[in-house]
Amino acid sequence: MVQPLDTLHETASQTAGPYVHIGCIPSFAGLPGIYPEDLGRSPFSDGAEGEVVTITGAVLDGMGAPLRDAMLESWQADAAGRYPGTPGADPHVSGFCRFAADKDTGEFTLRTIRPGAVTGHDGRAMAPHISLWIVARGINIGLQTRLYFEDADNSADPLLARIDPPTRAQTLIAQRMAPEAYRFNIRLQGEGETVFLDI
Amino acid sequence: MTDGRLIPRRRDLHPVPRDADYKTSVTRSPTLPLLSLESTPSEETGPRFGHDLIGPLDNDLIRNFSRGEALAIGERIRVHGRVLDENARPVPHTLVEIWQANAGGRYRHVKDTYFAPLDPNFGGCGRTLTDENGVYEFMTVRPGAYPWPNRGNDWRPMHIHFSVFGHAFGQRLITQMYFEGDPLIDRCPIAATVRDRAQLDRLVAPLDMGASRPMDYLAYRFDIVLRGHRQTMFENRPEGM
Repeated sequence: MVQPLDTLHETASQTAGPYVHIGCIPSFAGLPGIYPEDLGRSPFSDGAEGEVVTITGAVLDGMGAPLRDAMLESWQADAAGRYPGTPGADPHVSGFCRFAADKDTGEFTLRTIRPGAVTGHDGRAMAPHISLWIVARGINIGLQTRLYFEDADNSADPLLARIDPPTRAQTLIAQRMAPEAYRFNIRLQGEGETVFLDI
Repeated sequence: MTDGRLIPRRRDLHPVPRDADYKTSVTRSPTLPLLSLESTPSEETGPRFGHDLIGPLDNDLIRNFSRGEALAIGERIRVHGRVLDENARPVPHTLVEIWQANAGGRYRHVKDTYFAPLDPNFGGCGRTLTDENGVYEFMTVRPGAYPWPNRGNDWRPMHIHFSVFGHAFGQRLITQMYFEGDPLIDRCPIAATVRDRAQLDRLVAPLDMGASRPMDYLAYRFDIVLRGHRQTMFENRPEGM
């Protein structure tokens, strides 16, 4: 026998289920009025510095069908690469957004500020990115991934550089469709499966 | 001291992503390995929510749907506990959200077509912030068990969904609380996605008579553990690395 460690185990995840909207975005779920508004409706408010971009996409299952019950959360830095809550961060950027797949089409939309590059612990810059967390019925533990921008310089990003084979890094890069408009599909499995993170 | 890095997740203590007995997971689970990396500021920071967010009835599901005008139907229960991290430290001032079926096992959701009736005075969601000691509590009614389309005759045990933030986006967690003594837990393919029996047992809240109130409500205790930050006295890395 040895001394027991006085550490705890993280609580096991369970699927968010088909009714996650009731708990997290009740107005979207058709239960207005319990809270003044759904949490995380927008990651920025009027007066935020930077370029507003709109990202649309869908979460696709292994058959290529869009999930119509997925909920996503995003977390990002402000236009200068500062995370909300850190010194000097833009007070008009909360950095957090909740958005759901449309219940009929499965399409989601994230309207946000284009984030700046963030410096990692090793002093290297991470290319501008938005962290994403995806939950739904059938997803037993929330899926972490990142969204990068096609028209940014992603060549030195430490995370993208770790992806093997390198061609899979394309799954994390939002395609520019028009000025300030991007497309980002998330494929849960199968051909073109998105790189998900354990980070 | 913490150096900010999150302790890597023990994936073996979480549910298997793909389980043939939970059919929807089959086409919704990644089949390629996850990319494992040490956390960065993107995962070590996260949204913070203030007490101004929380209304006085937000953690009272018995009354919040009717705005205090009428009481929800069902067995009155208090659900309380602490949010801790893996270093057994309380996680203060963090948002906890819950949602659940009503006492008959019906969700107030457009996609729930079970014929158990809706309760006109029950919405089914609540939220609160932990206090400085990581403590939270809700008043609600015991949710009913209900059937769901999966295998031939699957029923969900009584459960409450929990969503917890912590202070880092990499700590984000959604889980479910079950109730002590429910025989449906061991028949549930969703509960069974957690292969580690001790981890599943930790999702089962014990009856807590000491926290109940005579002639009013029973209590259940549910503690939640989030990922911790690595504790260190010193860093082995050269300056600037």
